[in-house]
Amino acid sequence: MIEKALVGSKKYWGLLIVLLAIMGVGGICYLFQWNYGLGITGMSRDVSWGLYIAQFTFLVGVAASAVMVVLPYYLHNYKAFGRITILGEFVAVPSVIMCLAFIIADLGQPTRALNIVFHPTLNSILFWDMIVLNGYLLLNILIGWNVLASERKSVPPPRWLKPLIYLSIPWAVSIHTVTAFIYAGLPGRGFWLTAIMAPRFLASAFAAGPALLILLALVVRKFTKFDPGKDAIQTLGKIVTYAMSVSVFFVLLELFTVFYSQIPEHMHHFDYIFAGLEGHGKLVPWMWSSVVLAVLALILLLNPATRKNENILAIACVIVFFSLWIEKGFVLVVAGFIPSSLGKVFEYSPTVPEILITLGIWAMGFFILTILYKMAIMVKEEIAS
Amino acid sequence: MKIDRRDFLKIGGLGALGIAAKPVINVLSKGESAEASHGGGAVGGKRLAMVVDLKKCKEGCTDCIDACHKAHNVPDFHNPKDEVKWLWNEPYEKAFPEQEHEWVGGGMKGGPVMVLCNHCDNPPCVRVCPTKATFRREDGIVMMDYHRCIGCRFCMAACPYGSRSFNWRNPRGCDASGNTFIEKQNPGFPTRTTGVVEKCNFCAERLAKGLIPACAEACKENAIVFGDLEEADSEVREVLHSNYTIRRKPGLGTRPQIYYIV
Repeated sequence: MIEKALVGSKKYWGLLIVLLAIMGVGGICYLFQWNYGLGITGMSRDVSWGLYIAQFTFLVGVAASAVMVVLPYYLHNYKAFGRITILGEFVAVPSVIMCLAFIIADLGQPTRALNIVFHPTLNSILFWDMIVLNGYLLLNILIGWNVLASERKSVPPPRWLKPLIYLSIPWAVSIHTVTAFIYAGLPGRGFWLTAIMAPRFLASAFAAGPALLILLALVVRKFTKFDPGKDAIQTLGKIVTYAMSVSVFFVLLELFTVFYSQIPEHMHHFDYIFAGLEGHGKLVPWMWSSVVLAVLALILLLNPATRKNENILAIACVIVFFSLWIEKGFVLVVAGFIPSSLGKVFEYSPTVPEILITLGIWAMGFFILTILYKMAIMVKEEIAS
Repeated sequence: MKIDRRDFLKIGGLGALGIAAKPVINVLSKGESAEASHGGGAVGGKRLAMVVDLKKCKEGCTDCIDACHKAHNVPDFHNPKDEVKWLWNEPYEKAFPEQEHEWVGGGMKGGPVMVLCNHCDNPPCVRVCPTKATFRREDGIVMMDYHRCIGCRFCMAACPYGSRSFNWRNPRGCDASGNTFIEKQNPGFPTRTTGVVEKCNFCAERLAKGLIPACAEACKENAIVFGDLEEADSEVREVLHSNYTIRRKPGLGTRPQIYYIV
């Protein structure tokens, strides 16, 4: 099927070249980082994780796009999703690859990355995250590829695939849960020390993943002969609505516990992101943007009239994606370190090379996504004709 | 006893099985020994600890810090972002946030508190490390393997005391004007590479030679006492017995092994 990705219109090649160029710039910046060390980023002794780990955290969520179509289709026999399970799975694959790339980009000694495998440490959550992420990647490649190949030959998918498809559903839950555990089990970090971290990760993932999937489905319909289907998009819209509502609700629960109990180690972080602390407030405009965007998204999504309008639904999905990106792809990680464990406010902002490396990895993700989507859609078009 | 060919193979096979099973048994028994040390009696009968007498500590004095950083080739990058430190002073309020209030007396308010790795009995950094690059020795020292560390910095997120530093850039290098980050290298201790985490090692390399930690040796006021808690007549036990001491963030259950006389 890979041959389908080797032929295409000028637009297709143009997109790939643009993405390759961004990857190239990111790659060059990574060479500088390789040479100089992670000191090239804005990270510091106090804020020791930054943009990279935040992107990783956010993209684990985006990978949820797959389970949100697989579950209704395979467990509830919801037929409208049959056409687009492959689109969900082919978002999950580049998302997880980006996650792994961001972790590698963040390592001080990337050549030693395999030490995690050579010295397996069962008490480390990072070890388990390595297992669940790679497992999820493998599952989605296997399932997506085989389902598509059978579809092309107009035969049902091989029988051995069924158990793997069912396995991929709880496995999807595990990637968000284990990633949340990286944060939620650390004794001295009040911002993260909350049992609702994993539910929050699940809720925001089930909003961000399908939101991106809706946008991609609309793009696919616009630029190709394959129509993912109005019903499928509307149902995804409802999923985003529920998940975003639950996600906002969970954040409100967090705010209640923190501000009503008024325990300083927990509250100071929230003071910092919403109002600034000791005269420092770099994250304040970001956090409030996220809040405003979340409210706006909920207004557009909860109202059936606006949600049923595909153009407005698309706008709502963009808003959901950015609101959650700010919250999870930046603030959640950075604010955990501010104030530091010694009560100091030392701010963080990413540097230019750090941002370019980040964009390079995103471009790599979209490069893989484009190729996978190209293959899937060519097959779909072939069947249709 | 006569051993025929069949018996020999049986015994050999069992032996091989035993060797194969050893890592598994090691992993299982490790959990147990960690459990046993909860009660206090660490394996090997040694539990190293430090008592710092803040009443003796002189404001403005940095003898212990200088001695430590010289002995361990701790680089100075001249900026707070890339800072590496093993031992340093924090104001009382930052070191003991739970014990801070408006009327703190006894000269403690704002006063310097020498802080370092607490060599916790229950160290979160060891719990999170994905490669066992940071580990707890049987005598209680929490150590770093600079050659195994992948630089993921999970341990830095996990340490509630901010005791860990990362080499954001090459500590063996020099700045734009050619000044090396390590002012004068001590050939007796390894320098580190870019991209690994480091912290106080309780002077494990000096203990191996029968010396006390460099900070304790350098302190002219004798404010730092170091020794084995398992030894009933050791100086640390005596000092802990005759003085009221506190520890940093005891509520987190890390069981720090640096005690402070305030």
